[in-house]
Amino acid sequence: MLIGLLLFTAGCTPKPAEQAASDVIRIGVFEPMTGDSAAGGQMTWEGIELAKELHGEVLGKEVELVLVDNKTDKNEAANAAIRLIEKEKVVAIIGSYGSSLSMAAGPTVMEKKVPAVGCSPTNPLVTKDNPYYFRVCFIDPFQGSVMAQYAYEDLGARTAVIVRNVADAYSVGLNNFFKEAFIKLTGDDKAVLAELDYQQGDQDFTAQLTSIKKENPDVIFAPGPYNDGALMIIQARDLGITAPFLGGDTWEAPEFIQIGGQNVEGVALSTHYSIDAAPTEAAKEFVDAYKAKFNKDPNAFAALGYDAYMVILDAIERANSYEPTAIRDALAETAGFKGVTGTITLDDNGDATKSAVILQVQDGAFKYLTTVEPN
Amino acid sequence: MTLTEFLQHLANGVSLGSLYALIAIGYTMVYGIIRLVNFAHGDLLMVATYVAFYGMILFSLPWPLAFLLAVAVTTLMGVTIERVAYRPLRDAPRITVLISAIGVSFLLQNLGLVVFGGRSKAFYVPPFFAAINHIGDTTVPNLVWFIPLVTASLLLVLIHLLYRTRIGMAMRAVARDLDTARLMAIDVDQVISFTFVVGSSLAAVGGLMWGLKFPQINPLMGAMPGLKCFIAAVVGGIGNVAGAVMGGFVLGVGEILLVAFFPDLAGYRDAFAFILLIFTLLIRPTGLLGERVAEKV
Repeated sequence: MLIGLLLFTAGCTPKPAEQAASDVIRIGVFEPMTGDSAAGGQMTWEGIELAKELHGEVLGKEVELVLVDNKTDKNEAANAAIRLIEKEKVVAIIGSYGSSLSMAAGPTVMEKKVPAVGCSPTNPLVTKDNPYYFRVCFIDPFQGSVMAQYAYEDLGARTAVIVRNVADAYSVGLNNFFKEAFIKLTGDDKAVLAELDYQQGDQDFTAQLTSIKKENPDVIFAPGPYNDGALMIIQARDLGITAPFLGGDTWEAPEFIQIGGQNVEGVALSTHYSIDAAPTEAAKEFVDAYKAKFNKDPNAFAALGYDAYMVILDAIERANSYEPTAIRDALAETAGFKGVTGTITLDDNGDATKSAVILQVQDGAFKYLTTVEPN
Repeated sequence: MTLTEFLQHLANGVSLGSLYALIAIGYTMVYGIIRLVNFAHGDLLMVATYVAFYGMILFSLPWPLAFLLAVAVTTLMGVTIERVAYRPLRDAPRITVLISAIGVSFLLQNLGLVVFGGRSKAFYVPPFFAAINHIGDTTVPNLVWFIPLVTASLLLVLIHLLYRTRIGMAMRAVARDLDTARLMAIDVDQVISFTFVVGSSLAAVGGLMWGLKFPQINPLMGAMPGLKCFIAAVVGGIGNVAGAVMGGFVLGVGEILLVAFFPDLAGYRDAFAFILLIFTLLIRPTGLLGERVAEKV
C-alpha cells in the first residue's frame, strides 16, 4: 500500500528540471515491486530505504530516492532506467534484483553515462563490457562453484540434474557454472544426468519432473525465481522424488518457505549474507535499525540494498561532485569499503569479490550453515 | 519411456487439462449467450483465491466455508461487472464491449496490486487435497482425480441447467436472438445477469482449484490461465460447452506430452498453445465441436 503511494508520488509530481541548482540530489532505484520477483524487489527496497533514513545527506545536500517499479519485466526495466535518467534526472541508479532486469537497463546507463550499482544481480554479463554498471555482490561463477562443492562434499552427491528457467539469465548462467564446477569435482563428464528447461511463468513442472524421476539423481539444482522453486519442489515430492534440492540466492524469500511448506524442509541454498555469520562493524548499526523499523531479521537482499546505497554515497563523497561521470569514476575506485555484507572492493569489471553463505531450510526458517570464502 | 512413466504423464495431463476445461467452460458459456469474450474471467479466478485466502487467515473460517464465501463474493463481483461495464454497452458495437472487458481485467489486476500488494501469498491446501495415492509406481495426489471430478460434475449440472430448465431455455433463446427473445417477453437483462452468475461461479471454482494445485497466489495470477483457457474454448469451438472441455483437455494433455517427448521444446510450452490457436483458426475457425454458422444478414 505504502509502496503504491510511493510509486504514485514518484511518478506524478512534476519536478523542476534544474536539479543541480536545488538542494536535493536524487538517486534512482528500479526494482521489481510487483510481478514474479516482487519479494526480492521489496526486500531490497527496505534496505535502501533504511540506508537513506540513517544517512540522508551527502556533501551537505539531502538525498531523495526515486523508486520505479520494473514489474519483473525486461521491457519495463529498460524503460525504468530511461525514465529515471531523462525525466527524474538522477545522478546514480540502484538496481535491480534479477540479472535479466539489470541487463535490460545496461545499454541505457552506458549510453547516458549515469552509473548504476546492482545490489544482487549475480550474472557476470550485468557488468561485463559496461563501465557504468557495478555491483556490491559476488558473481555466479563463484556461487555455482560454492553449490557444486556443497553438493559434492557435504551431500556426497556424484550425479545431478539441473533445471533452468530459459527466460532468466540468472537461472541459465548459474546452472552452467554449477555444471562446470560439478563436472570438475566429480571428474565425470556425465555427472549431470539431465538439463531440463521451463519457461518464465510456468507453474506446472510435472512433465519435466516425471522425466527425471528415473534418472534418480543424487541432487537437483534448480536456481530461479523463488515461487517457481517452491512449486517445483512441492510437485517433485508429490511425484515421489526424494533427491535433495539446491538453489541459489533468489530462494531466500519468506514466500519460498510459506508456499513450499513441509516440502522445502532441508533445501539448501547459497546467499550473500546472514545475520548469524560473523558480523562486520557496519552490520551492527544496520541490523539494529532494521529490526527496529521492520520488526524482523534482515536478509541478504535488504543488506545488499543498504550496501549499494552506502557505496554510492561513499563515491559521491570521494568524488566531491554530483556529476554522474565523476561518481562513476569514484565508484570504479571503490576499495576496502566496509559494508554490511562484507568488505567491498570493485574490480575492473565493477564486481565485488565476497564470501558466500549457505543456508538450509529447517523447521520453517532459513538456518545458517556455513560461510564459504572466495579462493 | 516406460509405460509407468507414460501413465504418470497422462495423469499429470488429465489433471492440468481438466483445470483448463473448468475455466474454459465459464468463458465459452458467457460467449455463447451474449457473444462477449469476458476478458475479466481470468481475473475473477484471482479474486476468488484471495477471498478464500483472507477468509481463512483473517476470519479463521474452515476451508469449505471460505471456499463457499469465495464463490459467493466472486459471483457478486461478476454480476456487478456486467451491470457496470457491459450492460450500458449492450447496443454498442461488439468491439466496444470487448475493450471494456479488457479495461475491467486491468482494473481488477491493478486493484489487486494496490489492495493485496505485489508479493505472492501461499494458498492453504487442506490435508485432504495434499494427500497422495500410489497406484503401482504412478503417484496420484487426490487433486489429480478431484479436479476432473469437479469439472465433470459442473459440466453435467450446467448441461442440465441449459437444456432442462426454464431459465436455461431462456438463455438459449437469448443466445439465438436477443431482440426476438425480448419480444417474446423474456427478461433479457435478468437472463444475462444469471448467465454471469453461472459464469462467475465457474470462474471462482476454477480459481480455487488453481490455488490448490499451484498454491501461490498473486494479483496477476489470472492473466495466463485466462488466456490459455480462452484458447481452449476457441479450440473446442467457442460457445460450445462440451467443446470447451475438449479444448481444455487437448491443451493440457498436449502441453504435458510436448514437454515429455520433446524436453528441448519445454521453453515453448506457451507458444504451443498459441500455435494451436492459430492453426485452429486457420483450419477450423469454428473449433473442434463448433458448427458452421451462417452470418446473419
